[in-house]
Amino acid sequence: MYSNEHKKYLKKIKINNFLIRFTQILIIFLIIFLWQYAANHNLINTFISSSPKEIVKTIINLYKDGTLFHHIWITFYEVIISFLIATLGGILIATLLWRFKFLSKVIDPYLTILNSLPKVSLGPIIIIIAGASAKSIIIMALFISIIITIINVKQAFNNVDENKIRLLKSFKSKPHQIFFKLILPSNYNNLINVCKVNIGLIFIGVIMGEFLVSKAGVGYLIMYGSQVFNLNLVMTGIILLSVMATLLYYLIVFIEKRLQK
Amino acid sequence: MDILKVKNLRKTYHTKKNEILAVEDFSLNLKQGEFVAIVGPSGCGKSTILSILCGLDKASSGKIEIDKNLKFGYMLQGDNLFDWRNIYKNCLLGLELENNLTKENINYVNKLLDTYGLKEFKKAYPNNLSGGMRQRVSLIRTLATKPDILFLDEPFSALDYQTRLAVSDDVYQIIKKEKKSAIMITHDISEAISMADRIIVLTKRPSKIKNIYEIKLTNRSTPIQNRKAKEFAYYYDKIWKDIDYHV
Repeated sequence: MYSNEHKKYLKKIKINNFLIRFTQILIIFLIIFLWQYAANHNLINTFISSSPKEIVKTIINLYKDGTLFHHIWITFYEVIISFLIATLGGILIATLLWRFKFLSKVIDPYLTILNSLPKVSLGPIIIIIAGASAKSIIIMALFISIIITIINVKQAFNNVDENKIRLLKSFKSKPHQIFFKLILPSNYNNLINVCKVNIGLIFIGVIMGEFLVSKAGVGYLIMYGSQVFNLNLVMTGIILLSVMATLLYYLIVFIEKRLQK
Repeated sequence: MDILKVKNLRKTYHTKKNEILAVEDFSLNLKQGEFVAIVGPSGCGKSTILSILCGLDKASSGKIEIDKNLKFGYMLQGDNLFDWRNIYKNCLLGLELENNLTKENINYVNKLLDTYGLKEFKKAYPNNLSGGMRQRVSLIRTLATKPDILFLDEPFSALDYQTRLAVSDDVYQIIKKEKKSAIMITHDISEAISMADRIIVLTKRPSKIKNIYEIKLTNRSTPIQNRKAKEFAYYYDKIWKDIDYHV
């Protein structure tokens, strides 16, 4: 059994955790309440700033139209597809660059150029080549995240302890063995982090793509809302996005914990 | 009988600015079951010699004669255990890489783990082990592939002094018990005298052989006991003067 002192210590941690959670929830309720209060008493212009009630109404209307989940699904689909291609493709290319140092050195300045280039500027070209479709949006998102994925993963792979590589070489291992026995498992945490960063980047890319060209999706809702000056729709879009991005982030955290077991 | 013959080994390193002669002339004959230590000032190219012997590096010139059927085991500075593998899996690494996970070999690894006090730690991860235990795991990983010659490159340098004494005792006895030949690099003169049958002293870079000592101690036993032998100080003094440390 635990000593009294230890019980007290555990209780203190529990209370502390509870207080943190409580304050977090309090803040969100306070914001919603103040926002609605200000809207009700005409302290703010609801035409520009919308209000929680209006947002809920907009969501319900979208749901009744049957378009709510359509828009969410379109954006979600674009995010997942680009996320998978960017992450897996980025890791694959980084692996090739790790394996073939000559290729890596040749390609290095091009990676730097592509990385520093503001990817939105490619938007018009992508639309002309790939057409005004989801394809363009996915390519946009890919450009934004894959370059930085390649750079980060390559660096992580190259940072593996040289002594451990020598150890494997002393067992006469082949490059693919070094990769699967050492490089990949030792970079497990780095790869998870790359995934977490990528989710954020992909959302930027997808929404940017939807702003430029789209017929549906949450980015389309925001763009459409701003064009017809329906700020309720804009705010609703932003709220939907933050919920989606958070859920996907926690999905990765969940998968990470699952894999650790 | 000599199982390894090295003659006039020479190694030059090339950098953009210049070339560095690391090893000028190194020769060695290793007998079956012999424990040879190589000592020398730091940065004198000791590790280079080992890298060349186990094929990780190429010599510029010189001859290495070795029986084709002999196998090497290389133990580097630090234990280099893989944190994501448990102790048992760490020990099997070499066998996995050689596609040699036969029942017989796995039994051998289990036996080694049992014999050298790691029975209860098979499922543990390296982070939960003490430095000395990690070093033992590292040795078992090397022994698992049944090498005939062990190359030890400052194997204990990461350990604190007390642990170092205990572990070198351990490792020495394991090597002797398994009847392996070994070449150990160290900068610790007493460690060399207490463990080796023969000590090769190198000059500073470019390294050449300065002196060779056959270590003959009365009542030779374990490394810690050997430190008490009356010849110990004599050898220490000689080698110290050979190395000629300047501060």
